[in-house]
Amino acid sequence: MSTAVKGTTRRPTRRQRGVDPIPRWLIVIGAAVALYFILPTLIVIPLSFSSASAFEFPPKDFSLRWYENFFTDPIWLKSLGNSFLVAILAALIATIVGTAAAVGLNRLTGRLAGFLRTLLMISMVTPAIVVAVAVYISFLQWHLTGSLLGYVLAHAALGVPFVLVSVTTALGGFDATLLRASSSLGASPLHSFIRVTMPLISRGVITGAIFAFVTSFDEVVIALFLRSPTFQTLPVQMYNSVTFELDPTISASSSLVVVVVTIIFLVPLLIGSRKKTR
Amino acid sequence: MTISSKEAPAGPATPVASAPASGRQGTQIRLADVTKDYGLAAPAVDAISLTIEPGEFMTLLGPSGSGKTTTLNLIAGFETLTAGTIALNGSDVGTLPPHKRNLGMLFQNYALFPHLTVAQNVAYPLRERKVGKAEIARRVAEVLDLVQLPGRDGNYPSQLSGGQQQRVALARAIVFNPAALLLDEPLGALDRNLRGALQMEIRRIHREVGSTFVFVTHDQEEAMNLSDRIALFNSGHIEQVGTPEELYRRPDTLFTARFLGDSNVFDLGSGSFGSTASWEGNSWAVDPATISGHSGVSSHAAIVVRPEDVRIVSDPTAVPAGANSVGAAVRDVEYMGSYRTVMLDVGQAGRLGRARVDALDSAFSIGDRVTAWWRPERQRIVAA
Repeated sequence: MSTAVKGTTRRPTRRQRGVDPIPRWLIVIGAAVALYFILPTLIVIPLSFSSASAFEFPPKDFSLRWYENFFTDPIWLKSLGNSFLVAILAALIATIVGTAAAVGLNRLTGRLAGFLRTLLMISMVTPAIVVAVAVYISFLQWHLTGSLLGYVLAHAALGVPFVLVSVTTALGGFDATLLRASSSLGASPLHSFIRVTMPLISRGVITGAIFAFVTSFDEVVIALFLRSPTFQTLPVQMYNSVTFELDPTISASSSLVVVVVTIIFLVPLLIGSRKKTR
Repeated sequence: MTISSKEAPAGPATPVASAPASGRQGTQIRLADVTKDYGLAAPAVDAISLTIEPGEFMTLLGPSGSGKTTTLNLIAGFETLTAGTIALNGSDVGTLPPHKRNLGMLFQNYALFPHLTVAQNVAYPLRERKVGKAEIARRVAEVLDLVQLPGRDGNYPSQLSGGQQQRVALARAIVFNPAALLLDEPLGALDRNLRGALQMEIRRIHREVGSTFVFVTHDQEEAMNLSDRIALFNSGHIEQVGTPEELYRRPDTLFTARFLGDSNVFDLGSGSFGSTASWEGNSWAVDPATISGHSGVSSHAAIVVRPEDVRIVSDPTAVPAGANSVGAAVRDVEYMGSYRTVMLDVGQAGRLGRARVDALDSAFSIGDRVTAWWRPERQRIVAA
């Protein structure tokens, strides 16, 4: 079955595999739940194509004026660029730290490892406002508020748990004998990591990196505390635009965020389907 | 052609029968007082000394937990020494990390890299040593030929059977001409037929490559089939080292006699023996050449006789002169195809004995009173 030519193997249908077809009522319920989850995000998209200068749904006329507004206003563009920059750097740091932590903790057993793991996960369960206040107070002293470095450090810390979880999961199926084999074949620990460990846990690493990116990209609470007139991210600008002026440009920017995040989440699926053809 | 930086010196000829067939020299592995202590009740490996000669096929045999795998891992560098030294061709490697020891290794679960093809797996150690592309291609093809697995270069390990996977692992472990090959129960995960085929394969490759092989197994049959010499492990120390024949025919201790093959055991206790030994009123002749040199013999000895050396007769007067004999009752007869095993109740306590008789010999039935006899030179007096 798996000897078919690369790239052309197709999963047999459920009937061919001898699995019962999915009952119709299950499809209906599934569709309803899916709709419930995505409807709010879907509303914002037609809204963004409205020509009216106030929010109206359903829109009467369609136009691209809010997109034009978004892409011509330097404040919107600057904050979008900042968001990308912060999210990429934060994801990079979170991925390196989280992967290193996962690989290191994977070899440890016992109480200490459990304690360390919990410690690294704590920002996941701490209320955002608490983290934000703590970050704000300490960054004030270190003069990191309103700076790129401040945003990156704070968001990287938020991203680490996601990477830790996904890489730890990937390591669960990793056979440590492979590292012994690699070293017996002459590879240093670093080479073994690059040539054996990384390729085998890459999906976990990529998944973690994506979560870290998205966490930073749509993070608003810490960003609100750290904002300054010279540096702010897209979510902060969106918040400003509704609280101070009720500018429909926000619907265009929201749609863009939805599209960006969706595309990014599709990346591992594409990688996954390519790997399966082997 | 050899990449190894440690060429074997042109030392004294190897004392073992299977000298390297090709020009490649094996490596001597010398363990001196090697100890590994995990801080448990007893050290896992307790002051072992063993010299594995260049080109030799040495098997570390023993029950699980006897320290054989730990010893192999110490040689490979996966475990750190508590005490003692390990030297390859005279140079101490005890503190070198595994990737600098230049030793090939085979694992029970094959340990092939699942994300790499067969060719990429085999090329791995060559790429690590910065061998040129054309040279890599040539040697990968050559070694896949040697393990009789050509034409599978592009397959992934998951597309191969267990036996094929272990062949790939074998190719990968020898392609870089390692100083020695360490094999950690490499056939343990395979079924019986495949195991036999791969045993022959490993023996052939050992002959063709001519390097030192250190093989770990708990399977005594496998050890007997493959090895030039066997080191028998027992709870952290080496019980006896010798050729399979020496260990089988001339065991030093009861442990060795029992671990390799079946034995009839007659415990002599702490009583002394000279030209005769007595057991439950029977007086038996003792051939001095059959007394084990083990120091434990003087304090507690036992006579062991292999089942194939025991003959049984119904008529006590039919026992030839000079033979040692004992009265017994037939407890059971097992038909084994090529022979029959007669189970005997021997002596007052009705101890179980075994005699191997011809498959066509169906003269004995359960409950028969018989006399079992053997030649004194076929018995062995061991430390119990």
